[in-house]
Amino acid sequence: MSNKKVTYLEAISQAIREEMLRDEAVFLLGEDVGTYGGAFKVSAGLLEEFGTERVIDTPMAEAAIIGSAIGSALMGLRPIAEMQFIDFITCGFDQIINMASKMYWRVGMPVPIVVRGPSGGGTKGGPFHSSSPESWFFHTPGIKVVVPSTAYDAKGLLKAAIRDNNPVLYLEHKLLYRQPELREELPADDYIVPIGKAIVRREGEDMTILTYGAMVHQCLRAAQVLEQHDDLEVEVLDLRSLSPLDRDAIMESVKRTNKVLIVHEDTLTGGIGAELSAMLAEELFEYLDGPITRVAAPDVPFPYAPLLEEAYLPNAEKILSAARELAAY
Amino acid sequence: MGLERATLLQIYRSMRLTRALEDRIRTLFLQGRIVGGVYTAQGHEATTVGAAMTLHDGDCIVPQHRDLGMHLVRGVNPRAIMCQWLARGNSPTLGRDGQLHIGDMHHGIVPMISILGESLPIACGVALTMKMRKRSTVVLASCGDGATSTGPFHEALNFASVQKLPLVFLIENNAYAYSTPNSRQYAIPDLSLRASAYGMPGESVDGNDVLAVYGTVEQAVEHARSGQGPALVECKTFRVRGHSEADKADYVPEELRRAWLTKDPLQRFENYLQQEGILTSALQEDISHYVKAVVDDAVHYAETSPAPEGATVAQYVYAPDGPLAIIGEPGALDPRYVNAHDSRTGQPFNTMPPTNNVYEAEEATGRR
Repeated sequence: MSNKKVTYLEAISQAIREEMLRDEAVFLLGEDVGTYGGAFKVSAGLLEEFGTERVIDTPMAEAAIIGSAIGSALMGLRPIAEMQFIDFITCGFDQIINMASKMYWRVGMPVPIVVRGPSGGGTKGGPFHSSSPESWFFHTPGIKVVVPSTAYDAKGLLKAAIRDNNPVLYLEHKLLYRQPELREELPADDYIVPIGKAIVRREGEDMTILTYGAMVHQCLRAAQVLEQHDDLEVEVLDLRSLSPLDRDAIMESVKRTNKVLIVHEDTLTGGIGAELSAMLAEELFEYLDGPITRVAAPDVPFPYAPLLEEAYLPNAEKILSAARELAAY
Repeated sequence: MGLERATLLQIYRSMRLTRALEDRIRTLFLQGRIVGGVYTAQGHEATTVGAAMTLHDGDCIVPQHRDLGMHLVRGVNPRAIMCQWLARGNSPTLGRDGQLHIGDMHHGIVPMISILGESLPIACGVALTMKMRKRSTVVLASCGDGATSTGPFHEALNFASVQKLPLVFLIENNAYAYSTPNSRQYAIPDLSLRASAYGMPGESVDGNDVLAVYGTVEQAVEHARSGQGPALVECKTFRVRGHSEADKADYVPEELRRAWLTKDPLQRFENYLQQEGILTSALQEDISHYVKAVVDDAVHYAETSPAPEGATVAQYVYAPDGPLAIIGEPGALDPRYVNAHDSRTGQPFNTMPPTNNVYEAEEATGRR
């Protein structure tokens, strides 16, 4: 695998394959994951390599997919349940919320499942193929939520998620799957990205941008413009894990920069940014030199038409404008 | 079927213990000693005990809230059950959950949740694991008539059939889902007809006749164990009390309730055993003493157990890191595995050390 730059999607595929080779308890189930190799071809070739018992084409039934994953996890296996589009996770919501997430706290039994699937917009997917469901699960105790933004993290976070003894929701952004600029060479040796650790993507002293997923790249573009045109050094902190949050990294950065902009693709109200805002207001009130500012999608369903989608999604221009306003405060 | 005398008496003892424990739970509720809702299953004893008795070591039950009889047959300690009801800090859920929301994968018991029907996909996952590990074990998963209307019921039956899982679905049709009668729940004569839609055998049986339940479920279990895929059994019974003890169930016609009370499964089986000369009055008295001793011990144990400490509520949200055993395989109880024991307490999941006197009494009864 070395000496070859891989895409974000290939990094996910590598993680699944390597974990299945490493541990016979790991298996994959979902709609069209076997013969077809998955709607986005994340699991292409795995059926041929591991057979029908470890790469299971399931009926179109998310409660059965996630429930079967939980049942096998109670038996000590480490299933990866694929949602063909993460929007469909709502059909298995109860299994995640009431079954998996409460299990260890309630009866002491670990539920080591990964539920993963393509999330996010920008692909003309419309209201049912573009969602960012993280807030529902971020609000739920007992499940971890991770959102990789690079190929390196996609592989390392998925490996960590598979090895974790808890339910982990792994949100892969479908817009990033094959982006050429995200190709990178990955270490030949086994590695993980620990769950619960944020990473500074760009250092700066004038402002902190807290973000995750595909928005990391929009924020980095905005930060570059702010450096070139506004003489502002903006720090971009990629949260990577939403549950648990890396509170230390967030606090450390904001204490230094004293201004904070929160950017996410999910809708505004009750989103991750709302909790981050509350946390910062409670704990760093005296450090803040400007209003905690959020850039997020408006509180409406995800639209289909290109012009509507453009109006809906946060992007570098919208981030720039909010950042300039905050910088001037 | 010709069950051994000892087996018949074990069935009878389990049914008696189930009835007696629930009677005591109801008393405790009326005395205000149980804070939450109380759901009992008078009338279900033939179904729950008869079905669970068909299983072997390594098999697994996926029980629901009226399945105390299954728990007892699988060896759950009545002390653990009483600690659950009384929300003790040493209950199997540390006071975090109540009722029969308990389990122990090493003893083949999946813990239920209140959302009925959702356990059936879990049963598929357990059965899938058995199939992947090439075992000859089976899963027995129960639900009520109400749960057959849920999506997960249908998803689970379909998934199990497509995957040819070693799984028996047991519908305990007790005529009412809370206040909703069968006529407003489904529109077919027998719920076992659902089986044909998913390509599996289905049978309906008198759920108040423990030997009929045993025989029918045993056939279904053998079908599943032989690798031919899942099977479904509907046990037709009746909930002679309310949905919960807070429910007077005055929506049930009194003559209907009275008619079912005359078909009481415990009385029927007792009559049978007496007619067959298996249950003498001396033995019956012994069993009554045994049952009372077990119930008294469980209540005493629970009442003298500590309440949970408030400060513990935020503990154990996440399971710790570490290796997991594959349940049912050699060495699975090695404490280095995170799932060998309840890693919150370091103890087995739902069993508590039995008191000597009670279990000596049980042994003595069994020897006769």
